[in-house]
Amino acid sequence: MTSISSLSSAAATSAPVVRQSRFANLGRIWVHVVLCAYAVIALFPIALIMINSIKSRDAIFDNPLAFPTPETFSLIGFEKVLHNTNFMLYFGNSLVVTLGSLVLIVLFGAMAGWALSEYKFRGNRLMALYLALGIMIPIRLGTVSILQLVVSLDLINTRTALILVYTAQGLPLAVMILSEFIRQIPKELKDAARCDGVGEFKIFFQIILPLIRPAIATVAVFTMIPAWNDLWFPLILAPSDETKTVTLGVQQFIGQYVTDWNSVLAALSLAVIPILVMYVIFSRQLIRGLTSGAVK
Amino acid sequence: MNLQNKKFPWHIVVFLAPAVVIYSMFSALPLLDTLRLGFYTSNDAGVHSFVGLANYHTILFDSDWSKAFWNAMLNNVKFFAIHMLLQNPIGLLLATLFSLKGLRGARTYRTLIFLPTLLSVVIIGFIWQLILSPLWGVGEGLMTHVGLGDYFAPWLGQESTALLTLGLVSVWQYVGIPMMLIYAALLAVPEEVLEAAYAEGASSFRIFWQIKLPLILPTLGLVTILTFVANFNAFDLIYSVKGALAGPNYTTDILGTFFYRTFFGYQAQIGSPTMGAAVATLMFLVILLGVASYFYFVQRKLTRYEL
Repeated sequence: MTSISSLSSAAATSAPVVRQSRFANLGRIWVHVVLCAYAVIALFPIALIMINSIKSRDAIFDNPLAFPTPETFSLIGFEKVLHNTNFMLYFGNSLVVTLGSLVLIVLFGAMAGWALSEYKFRGNRLMALYLALGIMIPIRLGTVSILQLVVSLDLINTRTALILVYTAQGLPLAVMILSEFIRQIPKELKDAARCDGVGEFKIFFQIILPLIRPAIATVAVFTMIPAWNDLWFPLILAPSDETKTVTLGVQQFIGQYVTDWNSVLAALSLAVIPILVMYVIFSRQLIRGLTSGAVK
Repeated sequence: MNLQNKKFPWHIVVFLAPAVVIYSMFSALPLLDTLRLGFYTSNDAGVHSFVGLANYHTILFDSDWSKAFWNAMLNNVKFFAIHMLLQNPIGLLLATLFSLKGLRGARTYRTLIFLPTLLSVVIIGFIWQLILSPLWGVGEGLMTHVGLGDYFAPWLGQESTALLTLGLVSVWQYVGIPMMLIYAALLAVPEEVLEAAYAEGASSFRIFWQIKLPLILPTLGLVTILTFVANFNAFDLIYSVKGALAGPNYTTDILGTFFYRTFFGYQAQIGSPTMGAAVATLMFLVILLGVASYFYFVQRKLTRYEL
């Protein structure tokens, strides 16, 4: 689409375009210089950690900027971290917490989004506003009472507590994005189903839910990342060794082993890798979500 | 909807209930309850008693408390200012460059520069701590390489530079968010308008200042308020680099770390949930004030411009 419109504009104004092209090319080079420079600044620290995590201790100190060679290559840091610590357990915890809250956010968020956008009932707009408040007001401010609640429910040091808190945190944005998306589904689809006597629940689960898959992917990315990266609630609600998440684990691990550079760098790399993988899988969805106005 | 729908609409309740219950229990009600707790005090046995505004009086007027509170507040304002002066203009610049028509590799740049935004602040904080530490010398070595070695200093450890350095690290990490939001807004600028301007011979600079920028003002407003809420609620970076004490000598203390210390205690001081609730309430008021003035002054005016 862009190419067609740019072609037609080029044809319409061919004379000035040709004259400008030289300057435009020069300008383009500067654009690339600036963007390349910034990309290096953005990636250098991460690359530095990952490169050094697979080097021997001496090489880390002697020449931190060099790539590993066969002589300096070493996985001792990863071995130590994986064998001597509970890192794999922390990974499991993060996975359970993130995926658990993700499922609840998507399911309950879509159900609420459907109810708010499909049915007219008294208090509809008020309910939508009530749920939307959570987008702007950080859940962290309620921590004192959340902790008391979690203690009184006997959920302290459980992954359930984290799942419930992240679900509450993610729902407002999910409801907003999903109800916006559901509104765009053609009325005829639902009406036809209703004429055939299909129940409301069946309509939602069998017609609507499959239709809003792209929006669900967007919501998934937006809710997974904060949950995976959060430090505050694991620190407060589930700091025990059995329930620690990776983020909290790394935070405390590095504090303890700060002199063991191989292990520290390996731990940092291990904590980065899942997000890198997630990013590679979801980056298109993430960018589509952002550029389609999902967060306006 | 139809006439036959006179009976109670159970299906609406079933659809709404899970979301509303979880959101209310773990977000809305705890927030309200925290506002309430700020008016109470608790004794050693954990029994709460109503004390009115006493907690707020302590925080705002007791000499030790008020010094710490206003220090955190001022640092937080500085932290926000750093983001507004650097993060958002850089995000705007990058987004403007990406959105240039027909730029090669635009998607790759976008993807790469957004990456740090996704990583945990804990990891980011430690990476920069390692780079900037005089011990490892990567930062110093690099600066020496370009002839600036003499200017290297342990910035994270000095009272005069620690907050600025942490602010820059945070800017480095989160620049992807304004960048993406502004990029999305720039994509939405109608193609015909730009082509008409090009056809009339307007320069790229003029098109940027007089067409693109006014059209993306609502997004810049949104970016501002999102930055505000995120900054006045920040905690992780300071905590993971500087610990709960936000050293050196509290020069990096912001409201988030002040709240944490008040709630959980540290070294000589015992934590107090009710004092913590009072601090959280003050943070809530600051954020509410920011969000409300955004909707009142910015959002309202902008919609008028759009018409």
